[in-house]
Amino acid sequence: MYDIIVIGAGPAGMTAAIYGRRASKSVLLLEARSFGGQIINAHRIENYPAEPGISGVDYAMKLYEQTNALGAEFKFERALSIRDGEVKTVVTASGEYQAKTVIIATGSDNGKLGLPNEAELTGRGVSYCATCDGAFFKGKTVAVAAGNAKAYSDAVYLSDIAQTVYLIDRDPNGGKGQTEGRDNIKVISDSRVTKLIADKRLTAIEVTDSRGGSREIELDGLFVSVGRVPENQSFEELIDLDSNGYAASEENCLTRTAGIFVAGDNRAKTLRQLVTAASDGAVAATQAVKYIAARK
Amino acid sequence: MKVIKADSKNFENEVLRSDVPVIVDFNADWCGPCRMLGPVLEQVAAENDGFKVAAVNVDENEDIAFEYGISSIPCLIVFKDGQEVKRSVGLIGKEQVLSLVGGV
Repeated sequence: MYDIIVIGAGPAGMTAAIYGRRASKSVLLLEARSFGGQIINAHRIENYPAEPGISGVDYAMKLYEQTNALGAEFKFERALSIRDGEVKTVVTASGEYQAKTVIIATGSDNGKLGLPNEAELTGRGVSYCATCDGAFFKGKTVAVAAGNAKAYSDAVYLSDIAQTVYLIDRDPNGGKGQTEGRDNIKVISDSRVTKLIADKRLTAIEVTDSRGGSREIELDGLFVSVGRVPENQSFEELIDLDSNGYAASEENCLTRTAGIFVAGDNRAKTLRQLVTAASDGAVAATQAVKYIAARK
Repeated sequence: MKVIKADSKNFENEVLRSDVPVIVDFNADWCGPCRMLGPVLEQVAAENDGFKVAAVNVDENEDIAFEYGISSIPCLIVFKDGQEVKRSVGLIGKEQVLSLVGGV
């Protein structure tokens, strides 16, 4: 049995593991994909204290090495559910693991448009990562489906590569002062992408405005940047979620189930940044250590 | 087995004419998720011998990337008897990699 199982090896989860290990607790990290979380998509990190300009991948590697060196155990398995009790059991596809405490640091996944053929066109013209896939659209026409501020930085990034970048924003005031004067970014505000038109791969999109008027735009690629979806569904029997699916918890990272804590982007909070993810990891691990001490 | 570095010269022999299924990982050095997927595939390759794992750098092998219509990476394609049978885009875990090649 472990003292602490951390679900999710992003910045919050790995920081929790560091704090757990430094308090001499045994720690297992369960990760469904690969360590690092979504920070690996960041080309450069400019706002993390004392590490200006580090790439997301380099940051993730350094954090992994630090966590590993401290003796945290990593298993690359997706946690499917938690069984509560005096001892907590975390179930994965490959087995079951027991611990005195569990920290849920699952973060979030890409938000989708929710269109019928979206999944089959992913990788065939539809992308969720401008920095990963922008280079495939050199001199071509692309669009960004915007749902958050990051969509604008994606559009600016793509404008250096693609010939034309359409920015489709639901916000009626979308685009004002956010495109850094790039002439090849064409903002279509008060509108959303309503259809993906394809012949084996994406060839056009249908865009509909708030009054119901629609038009087709021919293009080579669509970058979906409509925010993130927290990955809490598997645990909703044990933790309270808010209306958007985020774990409802205060800054102390407690949940309604004793011994289960939440940390990072899947927690309801006002600011989702690397530094606040790391902060959550430290707080949640400290709470877990306190919980273990109280039960001795 | 180790991950095979595939390129325009050896793609036909290593992938298309392979006796066993091959997972081909289309990647690039500047792609964060690709760099994170690398160690997962190395582990999968080391622990299994029923199939091969090959990596194609899309910058150095634009012809192969174009041939298979790659527009998002990381992209894994499973080849069997020279034909594409499965495709997965984005960073996935070891279990998903194994299930991708499992039914082939």
